Amino acid sequence: MSTAVFPPLIELSGVNKHFGDLHVLQDIDLTVGRGEVVVVIGPSGSGKSTLCRTINRLEPIGSGTIRIDGEPLPTEGKGLAKLRAEVGMVFQSFNLFAHRTVLQNVSLAQVKVRGRGRAEADARSRALLDRVGLASQEDKYPAQLSGGQQQRVAIARALAMDPKALLFDEPTSALDPEMINEVLDVMRGLAQEGMTMVVVTHEMGFARASANRVVFMADGRIVEDRSPEDFFGAPESARARDFLSKILKH
Amino acid sequence: MKVLTDNWSIYWHGFVGTLELTVVSAALALLLGVLIASFRVSPVRALRAFGTGWVTILRNTPLTLLFFIVVLGLPRFDIVLPFFTFSVLALGCYTSAFICEVLRSGINTVPPGQGEAARSLGMTFGQTLGLVVLPQAYRSVVAPIGSVLIALAKNSAIAGSFSVVELLGTYRTINELGYGIVWTFVWIAVGYLVITLAISAVFNLLERRTAVSR
Repeated sequence: MSTAVFPPLIELSGVNKHFGDLHVLQDIDLTVGRGEVVVVIGPSGSGKSTLCRTINRLEPIGSGTIRIDGEPLPTEGKGLAKLRAEVGMVFQSFNLFAHRTVLQNVSLAQVKVRGRGRAEADARSRALLDRVGLASQEDKYPAQLSGGQQQRVAIARALAMDPKALLFDEPTSALDPEMINEVLDVMRGLAQEGMTMVVVTHEMGFARASANRVVFMADGRIVEDRSPEDFFGAPESARARDFLSKILKH
Repeated sequence: MKVLTDNWSIYWHGFVGTLELTVVSAALALLLGVLIASFRVSPVRALRAFGTGWVTILRNTPLTLLFFIVVLGLPRFDIVLPFFTFSVLALGCYTSAFICEVLRSGINTVPPGQGEAARSLGMTFGQTLGLVVLPQAYRSVVAPIGSVLIALAKNSAIAGSFSVVELLGTYRTINELGYGIVWTFVWIAVGYLVITLAISAVFNLLERRTAVSR
């Protein structure tokens, strides 16, 4: 599987970032191909969330370059906004717009950013809500939904922009165990359809089954970058072996 | 009661003068307040610095001094406007600094994830603020903005010292006509109460409406 060739879509090279004295990202080189699913795992504080957030510049970087579809990431302003519309993001805490209904959440950016008409946007939103199994909930406010439902709306909202890639920043970490699967089901479906995905997660089952590559991070560095079979079967580094032994026990 | 009925037209003119000053200055203050608040949270450093400077200077200058600066200072640059306009400028700019800070604290009550989600969908700074952040800040700023506008209504009395017809200034005329000072002021106070209680009522209504839509 790891030998499959994907034309590059997201390219990070020599990326460094500091939070004060803390060197959270150290010389990160990472290429994600079109249609590829890359799962980023690692202990907390390893920089994996920060890495995910630099890809659409929610976190600015200190040095290095990030390219999306060959274009360097603009620093601010309209150019950056335009690029962000091409890269969807799903957050740990869902971040649905609390003052808008489910339907409005999915339609808002289609209308305001993509310039679609209200009716066209709503039709698209309804199709996507149906797809994530929430067609009957469109008039509810986010606070009236369960965590798993909110996260599925958030995925629909990101998909509504027809993004080139989706970033998932620990999408199931804030969910009750019984709701994790409904979100993972949607993500598995997307992976099978060939959506380009970068997924920061602790769900090893998802990594094993759906990832093309597993990237293991520790202390701000990429320690391993291999196929899931190789990584879970025979981790090369002591750091990864230690990590896996701790989380796979239960 | 005689003070009021005998001098109804003087009182009425003063009352309308204060009302006009309050309404026009409030409109200017709200407009500038939103603008300066957006400067203060903008990603552009120069705008942030301008916003901080605006608030620091206007909030820390006594309002009377600000009136003097506007009324005596601007004509030196050949800007000659009616006293009413000068007063609106002074009151509006002064109050905008307070409105700005109220809005900014309201913006800070909105979880940062809301803005991040908006930006990650490709919304510009203006869209993020206008469509996502400010509507959610609204609920928590309604009550304090009411207080700021009530303060504005009362502050407008200073304009009376600068040849603008307003409620407090009417006491001079009425006093010259020989009416008792105490009752003159009681009716002036009632006039202010009518305006400030009206502002309170409007903002109570706004607050109740946002509470329902939650």
